[in-house]
Amino acid sequence: MAAILEVNNLGISFGGLHAVDNFHVTINQGELYGLIGPNGAGKTTIFNLLTGVYKPDEGIIRLDGQDITGRKTIDINKAGVARTFQNIRLFHQISVLDNVKVGLHNRYSYSTVTGIFRLPGYRRTERLMDEKAMELLKVFDLDTSAEILASNLPYGKQRKLEIARALATDPKLLLLDEPAAGMNPNETAELMETIRFVREHFGITILLIEHDMKLVSGICERLSVLNFGKILCEGETSEVLHDPEVIKAYLGE
Amino acid sequence: MTRMKNRKLRSNLITYGIVIAAFIAVQALQSAGRLSSLMAGLLVPLCVYVVLAVSLNLVVGISGELSLGHAGFMCVGAFTSAFFTNLVKDTITISGLRFFLAILIGAAFAGIFGLLIGIPVLRLRGDYLAIVTLAFGEIIKNIMNLFYIGKDSAGYHMSLKDQFSMGMEPTGKMIISGPMGITGTPKDASFLAGVILILVTLYIVLHLIDSRDGRAIMAIRDNRIAAESVGLNVMKFKLMAFTVSAGLAGAAGALYAHNLATLQAKKFDYNTSILTLVFVVLGGIGNIRGSVIAAVVLTALPEMLRGLSNYRMLIYSIVLIVMMIFNWAPKVLEWRERHLGRFFRRGREEVM
Repeated sequence: MAAILEVNNLGISFGGLHAVDNFHVTINQGELYGLIGPNGAGKTTIFNLLTGVYKPDEGIIRLDGQDITGRKTIDINKAGVARTFQNIRLFHQISVLDNVKVGLHNRYSYSTVTGIFRLPGYRRTERLMDEKAMELLKVFDLDTSAEILASNLPYGKQRKLEIARALATDPKLLLLDEPAAGMNPNETAELMETIRFVREHFGITILLIEHDMKLVSGICERLSVLNFGKILCEGETSEVLHDPEVIKAYLGE
Repeated sequence: MTRMKNRKLRSNLITYGIVIAAFIAVQALQSAGRLSSLMAGLLVPLCVYVVLAVSLNLVVGISGELSLGHAGFMCVGAFTSAFFTNLVKDTITISGLRFFLAILIGAAFAGIFGLLIGIPVLRLRGDYLAIVTLAFGEIIKNIMNLFYIGKDSAGYHMSLKDQFSMGMEPTGKMIISGPMGITGTPKDASFLAGVILILVTLYIVLHLIDSRDGRAIMAIRDNRIAAESVGLNVMKFKLMAFTVSAGLAGAAGALYAHNLATLQAKKFDYNTSILTLVFVVLGGIGNIRGSVIAAVVLTALPEMLRGLSNYRMLIYSIVLIVMMIFNWAPKVLEWRERHLGRFFRRGREEVM
């Protein structure tokens, strides 16, 4: 299997604090990989490094063989990395449909002048975008809410909309930052199904941060456990979750 | 989806309809001789303020940035267009064509200024941006105050000091004379031209909002970090909104300049910028139709109340407060949604 993401010796410090130190991971095409660890272990920092929000102090990030270390967020997205956020970041004053259409922005194009003067390309492209966006919304059962404002969606659906928007950019690698946060067990179970479906249906690779052990053990094939910015343990999910170090640091005695 | 499309279309048509209906009503009043000369003189300035308010709403409401320098762009448009008209008034005698070109030139120069100023200042956000745009607005006004340009048999002369340092022949003619501004611009502006400019402005702004680029602009307003994460170039879209807005303000400036015998830069001070912002805020931030109505009401009102002399400003301020409550108080919004939902859909929802 080909590695889609290869990270070596990744590190960043804030002041004197090594937020992430010597992080490495290799994720294969089509894999569902988990990143777990206690609060403040550096998980979201790693996402921010991978997506160019922070520039790493050291290390190399390769996406599908291409070096993307230190590149800008928008270029990394264009290269094929999309993400969701731990604290939901939707475009809350535009419709659910438009949120996804913003995600489609770079895949369908017409000029500003075409848009303003409604030249022939406008109608055609907008229709294509509508169709594609509705298709994505259907996957997440959001198609019936397409016209309402994103801020009016219930919490669980807002999380799903974030995933739909990320998928709209046609990523090779999808980063999910605590997708089940704040969901009840039923919603979490449903989300697990959706994540699995997304991987099969879109043929993408998923790296997820999660606190919910049931979700992690249910769908992740491999895991890395972080503690104080360092890798504590990595490997097959079942092995990692039974590692005494991990149990002590993360799950408690 | 088609329902949403229809609603957008209907909402836009209602906005155009209000403008056209107001135009017809005013024309009827005027031909019936029911319009006071005071109100008649106010018609073109009304159009100027409507265009200004709509264009500023593109920056403040749609792009979500606070700009206090809108009068500066209006100033650029006013002076470049009036300068152009004074240059060609003997060669192009058809006033309609001349005015059309003047508006294009005013809009183009203001747009270029918007772009050039936008590149450095849009890196700032919030209060910082507001202060810097305020400063740029004043800078533009003050620079315009310094220009002396004249023409004699030897050609054009220019100075930034005074009229006499230009070395012009005594028979030469001044075109721009510093703080005295530009005089003798033909009065090409008319109410009809103003209404057409309003409709064109609405067409551009409403269609920009409801397009791929407009969605990107609003997405950046709503969440900059998420917008970057889906591959949007934040600076590009902020500049786009700012430049289009500046260009439209320039067109408004051109309309303004061609309605006056004397054009002076001191008119374009921060009071004008703030007034425009008041229209935008009271009409509802992001609500384009609201900007049109607020600009008309708040420009016409002080004149209409002139008869009440001392109570004029009192009533004006009460109207300001009532409008603010009407557009922003949660209880009123709820009531509006229930009873008048179709006609007064609020602010950003309309954009949807």
